[in-house]
This record gives sequence, structure tokens and C-alpha cells, in this order.
Amino acid sequence: MDLLLDGFQTALAPENLLFAVIGVLLGTAVGVLPGIGPAMTLALLLPVALTMGADSAIIMFAGIYYGGMYGGSTTSILLNTPGESSSVVTAIEGNKMAKSGRAAQALATAAIGSFVAGTIGTVLLWVLVPTVADVVVELGAPSYFAILLLALFMVSTVLGASKLRGFIALFLGLTIGLIGTTTGQPRLTFGEPLLADGIDIVVVAVAIFAIGEALWVAAHLRRKPLEVIPVGQPWMSKEDWRRSWKPWLRGTAYGFPFGALPAGGAEVPTFLSYATEKKLSKHPEEFGKGAIEGVAGPEAANNASAAGTFVPLLTLGLPTTATAAIILVAIQSFGIQPGPLLLENEPDLVWGLLASLVVANLLLLVVNLPMAPLWAKVLQVPRPYLYAGILFFATLGAYSVNFQAFDVALLLVFGVLGLAMRRFGVPVLPLVVGVILGPKLEEQLTQALALSQGDVSTLWGEPVAVVVYVVMAVLLAAVLVAGLRRPTPADPEHSGRDEEKELVER
Amino acid sequence: MSSLMQPTCVVAAYSADDYGRAAVEQGETIAREAGARLVVVNATRGDKLVDERYAHEDEIAALRERLVAEGLEVEIRHDVVPDVAEAVLDAARTCAADLVVVGVRHRTPVGKLLLGSVAQRVILDAPCPVLAVKPVKP
Repeated sequence: MDLLLDGFQTALAPENLLFAVIGVLLGTAVGVLPGIGPAMTLALLLPVALTMGADSAIIMFAGIYYGGMYGGSTTSILLNTPGESSSVVTAIEGNKMAKSGRAAQALATAAIGSFVAGTIGTVLLWVLVPTVADVVVELGAPSYFAILLLALFMVSTVLGASKLRGFIALFLGLTIGLIGTTTGQPRLTFGEPLLADGIDIVVVAVAIFAIGEALWVAAHLRRKPLEVIPVGQPWMSKEDWRRSWKPWLRGTAYGFPFGALPAGGAEVPTFLSYATEKKLSKHPEEFGKGAIEGVAGPEAANNASAAGTFVPLLTLGLPTTATAAIILVAIQSFGIQPGPLLLENEPDLVWGLLASLVVANLLLLVVNLPMAPLWAKVLQVPRPYLYAGILFFATLGAYSVNFQAFDVALLLVFGVLGLAMRRFGVPVLPLVVGVILGPKLEEQLTQALALSQGDVSTLWGEPVAVVVYVVMAVLLAAVLVAGLRRPTPADPEHSGRDEEKELVER
Repeated sequence: MSSLMQPTCVVAAYSADDYGRAAVEQGETIAREAGARLVVVNATRGDKLVDERYAHEDEIAALRERLVAEGLEVEIRHDVVPDVAEAVLDAARTCAADLVVVGVRHRTPVGKLLLGSVAQRVILDAPCPVLAVKPVKP
């Protein structure tokens, strides 16, 4: 409790409060814009963030993460184009509501539901993070290795329409993670001394997210403008409140645990929440025509899952979404070792972050509820200006990592890779997670084998490790059974939609 | 013989705001009195996610319906083009227009510095006389 109060002291320090405000404003803006998400924004801001204090930077990043979840719903509702992959479901009912003149209520239930879910999620974090941290500190290298392996496996298979594409992305990421001479002998350095230190993850992340997206947009620059639905001040009637509060709570219950699992964040729980609300609703006939429950539930679920993401991130150093992956990189860049000992070694940072999440949530409610019409104006920024700015910051960021022109060349190479991945519907998350977790996986393996003096059986010598492997085997079996059961591919219209979904940045 | 006083084809540059509507209404009046063809051009560069001056589909449909109901011969060009002024000029050239109607607006010095004016380019480059109109002040 004292630690939490100290955390609030950190979070409410004027400087950090300022960074939280900047974070939520920036986060909402990028959330509103389709194609530009919190992950790209964090990647672009990493070099800037390193000049600030660790607390301020992490607090700002958390604000951007939460803000992105809020902003995405605005675009979903007003444009029928999800700003983020996590608000794909919101668009189904939200846009219908807006078309029938209930945009204000849709925006209100999304914003208030996000606030409720975010707050409950954050309170759960206060309880869970110290508890889980106490447990995972006991884990040995073999268990940790197994958990990392499970995370990589789940990120690649659970998400997206195609397991094959997931694994292609994962192995690309692991390969990039191999480059360097960490083990003493050079691997994949092609005799190039500049590659001896490996490729900085910042360069990879900026290239995949920013350059890849910019090239993708440049390839599709002129598009018919979307029709935005004009909206006034968001508000809700008593009836809307009555119909919204239960979906908010149910959405939170779905979102939080899924956020904590390495299953790619908010997509699964938002779909589950939507399906549940449809089943439980007293107005099933309204679904498909703009039912408020269909906005309230999924919006709560996506914010709760954003909160849930912090459980594995802060206790295990395990990112479950692309945005969390970049936050992890940021923590590492400050010379702080993430993992089971993070809470013990850096209590100020962790509790400051946990307290700031509540502050960010409150700020977001304040900036989103009255200012929703203003945020819709962000959509009128001409794309050439927007992406010129992104390319500028991306290049600057990549160069400032080591002050080497070589990194800018790498940036372009990986940028083209990012474009190709978008073109062929290969998900980005497994690659980024692979680059970050690959070296860690190897480190844990080396450590485990060093302790056992080369005896491989140590890998399944811990109960936790065994459980994890069993879970993995079950998942693998489930994937295989599902694959055998439906040998014919889905109808073309359907698979096209899935691909479109995978292109949305996470 | 067609002339400014007896036009056979009028082009109206339409943007989905008061200025554009003023231009279309003026073009409509002239076309109706002279029995001329009316070509309405509403274009966008398509480089923004949302372009407020680009009319919605149903807005265009309503406009077409209204103009046809008045007995006018109407053509509406609703396109994504690289250059909006060029789209208007192109419409004027291809149908050998006798008159182009554009809406003109006040612009701030900063606005002039940052952005080109579609109306100005149409006025200067059109192959025929151009009528500049303003919405009625309330």
C-alpha cells in the first residue's frame, strides 16, 4: 500500500503528469488514424524517450498505449474503419448506431466503458503484479525457457488466419535476433564488423512499423475519401446506461485474462464479448442494426486487455502485444533488466507506472468525452504530410541509435521487408516478439544447460516447465485437429476479410 | 451560336459546403434559363482519409435527382483525381463549356502561403468566361 502511494507520488509529479498528458493526447491521435498505431508511435519515440527519465518515458508510453485503445473506437464508430485491430468489432454495431443518428451515445458508451474497464483492470494489476511476481521469482531457467517457448508458439498460432504465415514471421524474427557475436562466435554477420553487435531492435521495430506502413500507404496513396458521420457532444440517456453497465463488466472479465495471455491482446476477447452480448441481449433484434451492448462490451474488453498485458510484461518480461514489446524494449534501453526481478529492483518505476495508468485513464475520459468531434478532425490531415513526418522521425530515430549511416541502410532493408509482409498478409507481431524474445530464449537455455552441466533432461525437470509443455502439446493437438477438420479453405469473401484484418497494425 | 449570354453548356465546380452549393445554384439558374446542359464537378485528391469538400454518395444522388426533376440535362463528375482544378478545367474543355461557375472564399495570408486556390486556377486557366459567386450572407 505504501508502495502504491509512493507510486502515485511519482505519477502525480508535475513533470510526469505533463508526460502523461502528452502521452494520452498523442495516443488518442494515433489511435484515431487507421494504420498508425501505438506500436509505431512508441517505436518512433524511443530515441526521444531515452533522453527523458525512465519514469517519465514509461508513463508517457503507457498513456499512448491506453490512448490508442480509446482513439480506435472513434474511427470505428464514425468511419466504419477500425483505427486499431482491437476495435474491429466495435465498428460492427458502432457504425450502425452512428448511421441511425446515435453516434453520440456510441462514443459515450465506448469512452465510459473503456474508463470503467481500464480502471478495474488497473486495480486488478495492483493486486496481481506483486502476487505473480512473488511466484515467478522462484522459477528456474528451465521453466522460464518453457514459458518463453510457449509465448512464441502462441503468438504465432493463436493469432491471425494462417498459422503458416505466423510461423514465417516468427522465424524471420528469430533469425534477425541471431545476428551478432553474443555467443563468442559470429553468426550471420557476413564478415561485416558493423553487424557484430547485432541489429538494434529499435531499428527493426521502426522499420517494420513505420517504414513498412509508409511504403504501404504510398503504394495506395489515392483512395476515395471515407464518409465521416458528423457528431456532437457524446452523451447517454438513462436507458443507455442501464443497457451498458453489464456489458462493460462482462467485457472487462473477458479482456483482462486474455490480455495477460500471449494470444495477441484484444482481438479474441472483443469477439467473445460481442458474441456473448448478442446472446444475452434483451434486444437481439437490434444486433446488426446498432445495438449499444455491441459497442459497450467489446470496448470494455479491449481496454481491460490492455491492462492485462502489463501482468506478463512486468512480472516475466514477456510482451503479448506489439505495443508491449516496444515498452519492453524501452525498459531495456534504460539499462533496466525486465523479468521476475523487476518489481524487486525497480519498485519506484513499476508502482509509478501502475499508478499512472489510473491517471492516464482519467485523463483519457476527460479529453475524449467532450472532444470527440475534435478528434475526428485529425482524419483530415493530408496523408503526404503525415507520412513525410513519420519517415523523417523514423530516419532520425534509426540514425540516432548508434550514429551510424549503416543503421539507416538497415532501416530501409527492413522497411521493404515490412512492406512485403503487409502485401502478403504476414502478421508483424510474431516477428517483433521473435527478435526480442529469441536472444532471451537462448540465454535461458544456455543457463539451464550450464547449471545441469549439459544434461538435457533438466529442461523438463521442473513441474512448471512440464505443465507448460503439456499446455503446448494440447494447443498443438488442437491446432492439428482444427486443421484436419476443415480441409477446404473458407469461402473467398471470408478469407479476404481475414487478410485485411491482419494488415491492421497491432 | 453559343455565347456567354446564350450558353449551351455550363460547368459548376462543386464542393460540399456553402461555396460549392452557391456555385451549383447559380449554374442551375443560368442553365435553366438558357436551356443549357449543366456539368457539376465534385472532385478530391483522395490524399486525406476524410475530405469534407468531397460530397457523400447520397448527397450526389439527391443533387442529381433535384436537377433532373427540374428538367435539366445534367452530368455529374464525382471523381478522385490528382488535381482538383485540372478536373474542373478538363470538364470545361471536353464539353466546350461557355461558362464556368466557381465559389470563392476569403483566405487568410497563412492559408494563401500554405495552400493553392482551386478557384484562382480555374479563373485564370479556364478556356471560357468564369463566374465567381459567393454564398448569401445570413
